[in-house]
Amino acid sequence: MKNKDNQSAQESNPRCPDSSAFKQQKLPAWKPKLTASTVLSSFFVIGLFCLLVGICLILSARSVNEIQIDYSDVCLNCSKLRESSSNWDKECNCFAHFTLQENMPGDIFMYYRLQNFYQNHRRYVLSRSDAQLLGQDVNIQNSYCAPFATYPNGTPMAPCGAIANSMFNDTVQLFYYVNSSTAIQVPLLKNGNSWWSDKNVKFRNPTSYNLSSAFAGTARPPYWQKPAYLLDEKDERNNGYINDDLIVWMRVSAFATFRNLYRRLSRTNQFADGLPAGNYTFHITYNFPVTKFQGKKQLVLSTITWSGGSNLFLGIAYTVSGAVIVLAGFVIAAIHLKRRKKKTYFQRHPK
Amino acid sequence: FQNNHIKTSRYNILTFLPVNLFEQFQRVANAYFLFLLILQLIPEISSLSWFTTIVPLVMVFTITAVKDATDDCFRHKSDNQVNNRQVEVLVDGKLQNAKWMNIKPGDIIKVENNTFVAADLLLLSSSEPHGLCYIETAELDGETNLKVRQALPVTSELGADMRKLAEFDGVVVCEPPNNKLDKFIGVLFWKNNRYSLNNEKMLLRGCVLRNTNWCFGMVIFAGPDTKLMQNSGRTKFKRTSIDRLMNTLVLWIFGFLVCMGIILAIGSSIWEHQFGAHFRIYLSWNEVVDSSVFSGFLTFWSYIIILNSVVPISLYVSVEVIRLGHSHFINCDLKMYYPKKDTPAEVRTTTLNEELGQIEYIFSDKTGTITQNIMTFNKCSINGKTYGDVYDELGRKTEVNEKTVPVDFSFNPLADKKFQFYDHSLLESIKLEDPMVYEFFRLLSLCHTVMPEEKKSGELIYQVQSPDEGALVTAARNFGFIFKSRTPDTITVEEMGKLVTYQLLAILDFNNIRKRMSVIVQTPDGQIKLYCKGADTILFERLHPSNEELMSLTSDHLEEFAGEGLRTLALAYKNLTEEHFKEWFTILQEANTSFPAAYEEIERDMMLLGATAIEDKLQEGVTETIASLSLANIKIWILTGDKQETAMNVGYSCHILTDTMNEIFIVAGHTVTEVREELRKVKEHLFGQSKDLSNGHASCEKKQESKQSSVLEEIVDGDYALVINGHSLAHALEADLENEFLDVACMCKTVICCRVTPLQKAQVVELVKKHRNAVTLAIGDGANDISMIKSAHIGVGISGEEGMQAVLASDYSFAQFRYLKRLLLVHGRWSYFRMCKFLCYFFYKNIAFTLVHFWFGFFCGFSAQTVYDPWFITLFNIVYTSLPVLAMGLFDQDVNEQNSMAYGKLYELGQLNLLFNKRKFFICIAHGIYTSFALFFIPYGAFYNTAGEDGKHIADYQSFAVTMATSLVIIVSVQIVLDTSYWTAINRFFILGSIAVYFAILFAMHSNGIFGIFPNHFPFVGNARISLGQISVWLVILLTTVVSVMPVIIFRFLKEDLHPTLTDKVRKLQRARRKQKPLQRHMRRVSRTTSRRSAYAFSHQEGFGELITSGKNM
Repeated sequence: MKNKDNQSAQESNPRCPDSSAFKQQKLPAWKPKLTASTVLSSFFVIGLFCLLVGICLILSARSVNEIQIDYSDVCLNCSKLRESSSNWDKECNCFAHFTLQENMPGDIFMYYRLQNFYQNHRRYVLSRSDAQLLGQDVNIQNSYCAPFATYPNGTPMAPCGAIANSMFNDTVQLFYYVNSSTAIQVPLLKNGNSWWSDKNVKFRNPTSYNLSSAFAGTARPPYWQKPAYLLDEKDERNNGYINDDLIVWMRVSAFATFRNLYRRLSRTNQFADGLPAGNYTFHITYNFPVTKFQGKKQLVLSTITWSGGSNLFLGIAYTVSGAVIVLAGFVIAAIHLKRRKKKTYFQRHPK
Repeated sequence: FQNNHIKTSRYNILTFLPVNLFEQFQRVANAYFLFLLILQLIPEISSLSWFTTIVPLVMVFTITAVKDATDDCFRHKSDNQVNNRQVEVLVDGKLQNAKWMNIKPGDIIKVENNTFVAADLLLLSSSEPHGLCYIETAELDGETNLKVRQALPVTSELGADMRKLAEFDGVVVCEPPNNKLDKFIGVLFWKNNRYSLNNEKMLLRGCVLRNTNWCFGMVIFAGPDTKLMQNSGRTKFKRTSIDRLMNTLVLWIFGFLVCMGIILAIGSSIWEHQFGAHFRIYLSWNEVVDSSVFSGFLTFWSYIIILNSVVPISLYVSVEVIRLGHSHFINCDLKMYYPKKDTPAEVRTTTLNEELGQIEYIFSDKTGTITQNIMTFNKCSINGKTYGDVYDELGRKTEVNEKTVPVDFSFNPLADKKFQFYDHSLLESIKLEDPMVYEFFRLLSLCHTVMPEEKKSGELIYQVQSPDEGALVTAARNFGFIFKSRTPDTITVEEMGKLVTYQLLAILDFNNIRKRMSVIVQTPDGQIKLYCKGADTILFERLHPSNEELMSLTSDHLEEFAGEGLRTLALAYKNLTEEHFKEWFTILQEANTSFPAAYEEIERDMMLLGATAIEDKLQEGVTETIASLSLANIKIWILTGDKQETAMNVGYSCHILTDTMNEIFIVAGHTVTEVREELRKVKEHLFGQSKDLSNGHASCEKKQESKQSSVLEEIVDGDYALVINGHSLAHALEADLENEFLDVACMCKTVICCRVTPLQKAQVVELVKKHRNAVTLAIGDGANDISMIKSAHIGVGISGEEGMQAVLASDYSFAQFRYLKRLLLVHGRWSYFRMCKFLCYFFYKNIAFTLVHFWFGFFCGFSAQTVYDPWFITLFNIVYTSLPVLAMGLFDQDVNEQNSMAYGKLYELGQLNLLFNKRKFFICIAHGIYTSFALFFIPYGAFYNTAGEDGKHIADYQSFAVTMATSLVIIVSVQIVLDTSYWTAINRFFILGSIAVYFAILFAMHSNGIFGIFPNHFPFVGNARISLGQISVWLVILLTTVVSVMPVIIFRFLKEDLHPTLTDKVRKLQRARRKQKPLQRHMRRVSRTTSRRSAYAFSHQEGFGELITSGKNM
């Protein structure tokens, strides 16, 4: 009856509004409500799930073998030497010994770890030119690279910017003592340490018939010992801007303490199963000064698992929150039941 | 002197841009964003690119400006239309057409019948004898009855003689322009004579000339000086209380930002000093900023820029969008559409919707708003038998509905088509020629002061001074007793087809004390009869003792009528002998000065005929509407220009006055002291009921008193009503009494103010607004309500009737008073609910989003590094999270519309401002801070000094940014899932769509292609693919979501479980009932039986009686 009225009204009255469900705010809708059963069951499900994940994470993080050697203290002489920038061209070598009590099986990753190095400082993060690193011919004066954009004579730096300039340039070699006198170098891979997308998309060398001519007209950043096209003379595909060490460094860290992948173990010969137990030495060419800003440098050897490294935080966090949620579930259930009892009590004995 | 040009618009083409911009910058928020924009243009501190602010800002400004411009265009148009109306002006002895706006004071203009008066005029002459003319002042004071104006005798002689009129050179000296509609003091000097002028000689702008062919007048005040314009307040820019709260909150947030900025700046200074100085080998300044203090200073501004997204511009845009959406819903509401007049509800100010959910006081006009301003003859009692009730086939009394067959008056060619009567037995009685029934209608057709006007034959129009008289005469007319014409001495009536002319011997006119009127007529066969109608209480005292039985019967009937809210009159007649009459007549003429005594003398020992019951037709559904609104704790005040009796009568019939009320106070004093005394008494009475308070409050204790009264407001129990008269109100509104008046008025359940001027209406509204800090709504239909409509927080105009002024000044308009219930209880409540939910969520979302930067500051050397990708910051509020919250703000419903209306108590949430206030705001902020804390520190802990599952990067800045951004989008989406209580398809689509769009855009911006084109702008290439491909990243996202959402669920559940609000309960009920048919809640019908209000109350002055007998108007 009413609908009919409306319809006829609509025909005769041009200003009559539509009777569509949308305009009349009558769209069919689902009206969820927090009921005890849904809330409690979701609490228990989520809580138990979190507990489970947490325990798995803790177990997997515990299974990681990791060794960490701080060499900014071990190599005190070199640290002192590097504090003065006038000694930049003096070479300084240093050795860090350590012993593996057990075998480290599987893939071994070697990281360098820096502390107190503010890679996440705004001016630092900005100070790069992605176009330049893509091999494009750009005027880097317009980028945020300054003051590491050009030399006073106008020669542009390649690559420009504070990030590139401050690239980690220690070289580290690992030696394994087969016996107490003979040491053999552990074979390490320089390649494949960076993200695929970085290596193949984000970083490109400028095109020319050879690399050195491609970098003609540019100069190395002031803190570098050699120009970009000499970063890895042996491997054409790891030289210039697509050098893995550079790429890894250019991916700035989120925090002031971070680890970057330096080398991977090449699993050949006696290292096919990882690193055997025994004595090792890091042979370090110490170039990168850190003591001035109270920084520290470490070298890390680590295996990995499905959840990443040895960080226990996520596992503990999961376990704790899972436990708390389950506990909360019990408390809520108790409160709810108590209240319901009271209510039924009142219903049975009305005042 | 002003010319007659009026201007209600705010801008013209030249001033639009500067004035509008100025107005817009007065909004705290807009000025704030401009300031931020300037900051972003300084390269040293710009931590975000400048276009993230300017694009939305310009958008907001343009939209607002366009809206203001169109609004103003309409005002220009209506101004133009009024200004260009034509009027005839006397120039050089000839009449010329001129536009309204070109009239100047001193001009003599001619006004024709049924046209508006263009300016305030001094009436010079008219087409009627004695310089009389009739006007209707509905536009001015809402009274639709005719009023008489009379020119000075000297000027009325001018007539229509152009030459004489042109020579008229009188000088008027008068008071300065003011807004008092009922007063005018002036002196006319003409031909060396001095004539004093008063309001009776004035035609005011806005009046309509009626029943008078033409009249001439001299313009005294024109344009803005006219009393009409003086009465209309200035257009004010209305803001809702939520707007004001928001402005305050924005200031607070700004303070909060400054605090955070200072903390971070100090941190920055310390960092630079302790650490940065040594770190400079790697990170030297462009131009060396040596002082760490200065770098801290720069950092401060950088952080202000980053953190400003707590209050993004999109907040204001979204609020406007939501309001527009709500307005659209109101416009489209079929249940507020009135098919008979084809008028849908219309939102004229779109920015006030949520305030509709917070109304505490409604100020309503009476005529045309609550009542239809139609009087109908509804029932009668003749000689102890009632007519007018309708019975169905089984003899049960039924309500009149569409199917009821009205009495067919086709036998009577002069019957008024609009008149409808449903009881066929009355017509049958007439046909049976029942003498008492004949006498009854004869009385109705004779005893009145109506003037007939027969335009064409068969078309009879009655000019009535009060609509109820009209109703009675029309009833008689339809039943075959047609009042045809009158001369000063005769009345001609067509009685059942025969023309009968009665000699009119005397009219004993109505006045307030007598409460009755009588006529003495001589029938053609020489019989002298007195017919009397009047208030039953008065009349019953003067009946012949033989009427005892009939009297008690009629008395019962009257009670019955009154119980239905009808206005009753008792009718009686008396046969006079010629000697008796002559004797009395000589006494009358001798005692010329003391009429009443003489009248008393003859109006005695009358014979009761019966009683009539007139219905002052309320608009449809008024009673129910008022009942539900008072259930919603909304106080309804009636402000009317009508007189006290009428107003009270309507009050009774729409049940805002009831007999169950403990007391109805009437304040009608004429002087300040009287009013003060009366108010004091009322107060004493009220306090005496609740507590034995000392009533000797000195005026110096007033402050204390008003404090107490707010407490007492709770204590006073029982229903009280206050009725106050216009002249008392004028005193009550004076500064020293207003507090007292307000205290009393607010303690009463109902307040009725009668005989109030338009300005007083506005003053009352302002008073409540100012001192009660309550949200007010004014509703009215006439020009006399404009000032009230404008000064209330929300003005509602009743549209569809002739006068559109009220609608033009209003914020909302619809055709029927009853739609107010829906507007407030459904739309208003929803709007408020939605807006509050929206604001809570929006502040939460942005705090969670922004505060992450604060935490990150401690880990990035206080360098104002953003956590997220700049693109994410730009798009977060506009794209990723805008639509779900908009959908919630537009569609959410806590309780469906039936229950919104059925449970008026739900409305109190808005009145008490419970859904969004400072406390709620702080809860939102705390919630946001908690979320941002979880959002930052869980990824921080998880990524600290770790590597990905392939041993490569995972803790790099870009991966961290992507993880955080994804977590944030998911958390706020889950949060809105929890907040949304009404899931339409649109909500689902928007929420899922937003997440989908987020990932789509994320992958697009991290794709190779776009990086190849703009390598410097999209440096995140490949990030999404690799980061989001790692299990640990997803585990981090999941944990962040769980940790930030779970506590909310706990709180919500416990709150609902332990302290369910009314909303929760109703929702629960709603769920339980969903399967069953929703129960109809019947409004309790309030029936009154005891009191009876009989009143011949309706004309304001004495009737035209004197005028008729003096013969002036014939």
